[in-house]
Amino acid sequence: MPFIKPHRAGWTLLFFLAILALFRFPVKVFAHEISGFAAGEARLFPNEALFPGQNDQSASFALQPEYYHEFESGSSFTFVPFLRVDSGDQERTHFDIRELTYLWLQEDYELRVGVRKVFWGTTEILHLVDIINQNDQVENIDTEDKLGQPMVNVSFYRDWGTIDVFMMPFFRERTFQGTGGRLRFATPIDDDRVQYESSAEEWHTDWAMRYSHTFGDLDIGLSQFIGTNREPTLLNGTDSNGSAIKIPRYEQIKQTSIDASYVVGEWLWKLESLYRTGQGNENYFAWTGGFEYTFTGVFDSAMDFGVVGEWMYDTREERATNAFENDIATGLRLAVNDAASTEALFGWVQDLDTSARFLFLEASRRFGDNWLLTAELRAFIHQPMEDLFFDLRDDEIMQMELAYYF
Amino acid sequence: MKILITLLASIFLFSGFALAETPEQKGLAIAKEDDKRDNGFQDFTANMVMLLKNRQGEESTRHIRNKTLEVEGDGDKSISIFDRPRDVKGTALLNFTHKVGTDDQWLYLPALKRVKRISSANKSGSFMGSEFAYEDVTSQEVEKYSYKWIRDEDYDGEKCFVFERYPVYKNSGYTRQVVWLDQKEYKILKIEFYDRKNASLKTLTQSKFKQYLDKYWYPEEMYMKNHQTGKSTLLTWTNYKFKNGLKDKDFNKNSLKRAR
Repeated sequence: MPFIKPHRAGWTLLFFLAILALFRFPVKVFAHEISGFAAGEARLFPNEALFPGQNDQSASFALQPEYYHEFESGSSFTFVPFLRVDSGDQERTHFDIRELTYLWLQEDYELRVGVRKVFWGTTEILHLVDIINQNDQVENIDTEDKLGQPMVNVSFYRDWGTIDVFMMPFFRERTFQGTGGRLRFATPIDDDRVQYESSAEEWHTDWAMRYSHTFGDLDIGLSQFIGTNREPTLLNGTDSNGSAIKIPRYEQIKQTSIDASYVVGEWLWKLESLYRTGQGNENYFAWTGGFEYTFTGVFDSAMDFGVVGEWMYDTREERATNAFENDIATGLRLAVNDAASTEALFGWVQDLDTSARFLFLEASRRFGDNWLLTAELRAFIHQPMEDLFFDLRDDEIMQMELAYYF
Repeated sequence: MKILITLLASIFLFSGFALAETPEQKGLAIAKEDDKRDNGFQDFTANMVMLLKNRQGEESTRHIRNKTLEVEGDGDKSISIFDRPRDVKGTALLNFTHKVGTDDQWLYLPALKRVKRISSANKSGSFMGSEFAYEDVTSQEVEKYSYKWIRDEDYDGEKCFVFERYPVYKNSGYTRQVVWLDQKEYKILKIEFYDRKNASLKTLTQSKFKQYLDKYWYPEEMYMKNHQTGKSTLLTWTNYKFKNGLKDKDFNKNSLKRAR
């Protein structure tokens, strides 16, 4: 399958299997299980494509099995490969190792070696401070799908908090939509010509440290990241035919961040904020924060109705490299609390400086014990020329996924 | 003679006080005794199957594993891990019950690897789509209610105290609960729940009690029937294991992330 890029993940498998082979596993095993999902997905773009080569619909198949082994000591081994085959975008057909980890559980620390996903943050719409893993952007533009990150992670738990140290020996490039894919920029991104600020390129060792703790109703996390920026700067270039292309360049950055949530009765208040240096020539602050409030038993039923309000701001304002430089988001979440776990989430992100808005609706329902049907609608409305989403202005998307969980 | 009168008077007064134990005092005394008998288990793990049934008789199941740690002087700590349905496998809930005030709750979402603090103030919300509310499944503490003994009666062949308890915490879905507690072993056999309008809402019946560590009586089946919707939930508990040596550090955000 020439269109699968094995170099993206194959080396990690070999490297970590080699490391794991150095350690002797305890003999006695009491848990040993395989789970996961297989999913079929259909995407429909009601508006005609803006750029040549793009498709108006696509079908795709994804498989994510999970192998888990737990030893009597509580230590464990996890392996989660992921494969997607897509009819519309050759770049969306891809393989990744989401997880390949050995966890040593010790009396007062936890050591994890391998490929993992780590999440930092508290807000719902924009995951601002979350930086350990690279976005698997071809999966979904909501930044919640991530590529597995190779790392050594030590976690110390004390009365005064938890300290996590991450050493990341290898960098994962962001995935980008191919020319056949929708939800991409007008100028194709050529990730074969990727550039790095560090001469070590993707073998630069990145570091991160995090302190997190709970003080009563307050949960707080303070993090420092030093290493390769997950977000590339896109440089203008030309390919061998003289056509314009964008070349991703990954810079060395330092990011200091805080994320917090605070419970006040039925209210949940959230904040994420960061200061980043080394990206482009402008150091900047960015923050996002807001609230979540849930009404239980609405309409005299068992249904829960949640309201989310969040504000996003970036001191670079119109020079910001993410689309939410000064935006307000409203989210409405309905959980029916029926046997099928029917849920719906509606979101509206409004740019405060322009008329640009981004709407989405996600709904899911279980059928039987193993099937889950998910529908997603996303729309970009009134995108002005200068908006980062301008090239996506006709990429309203309707997506249905039927997944079988085993 | 004076002494004798004083003595008689004291006896009379004393017995008068004893006789005058109010129904509220008696209810509280029963709850305290019940709590005392439940103390000292240290920790336990158990498996739970939830069978949900709607009015049409359609069924669905959830499989959950539970770990509970007794905390001296405060409410219990617990982790609930979902095994089935498969799409929520690995989802886990960490709960710190407090005798007074709201509980602390965190939810782990395995697809995002995210631990999310959640507000536990809305105690009347449904637990996993079942007829059990959060306030029904979190640990029961004496301080959470005020009490009133109603009568003694036989229920299911056992001599029971029947008492009412009234939630003193905020945002309960109930005005009152009527509890049938057997006088010998202090097993809760039945609870009738009355909603905020004091209308009959649900009935919980507990059965197949087994004794553990020669002391603690736990039901294997908890059946909750909602009279207003016709829906029901049957919880079946199996594989109770006590004194596993669980510690405080097995109940924090780190351990929630690796709970399986």
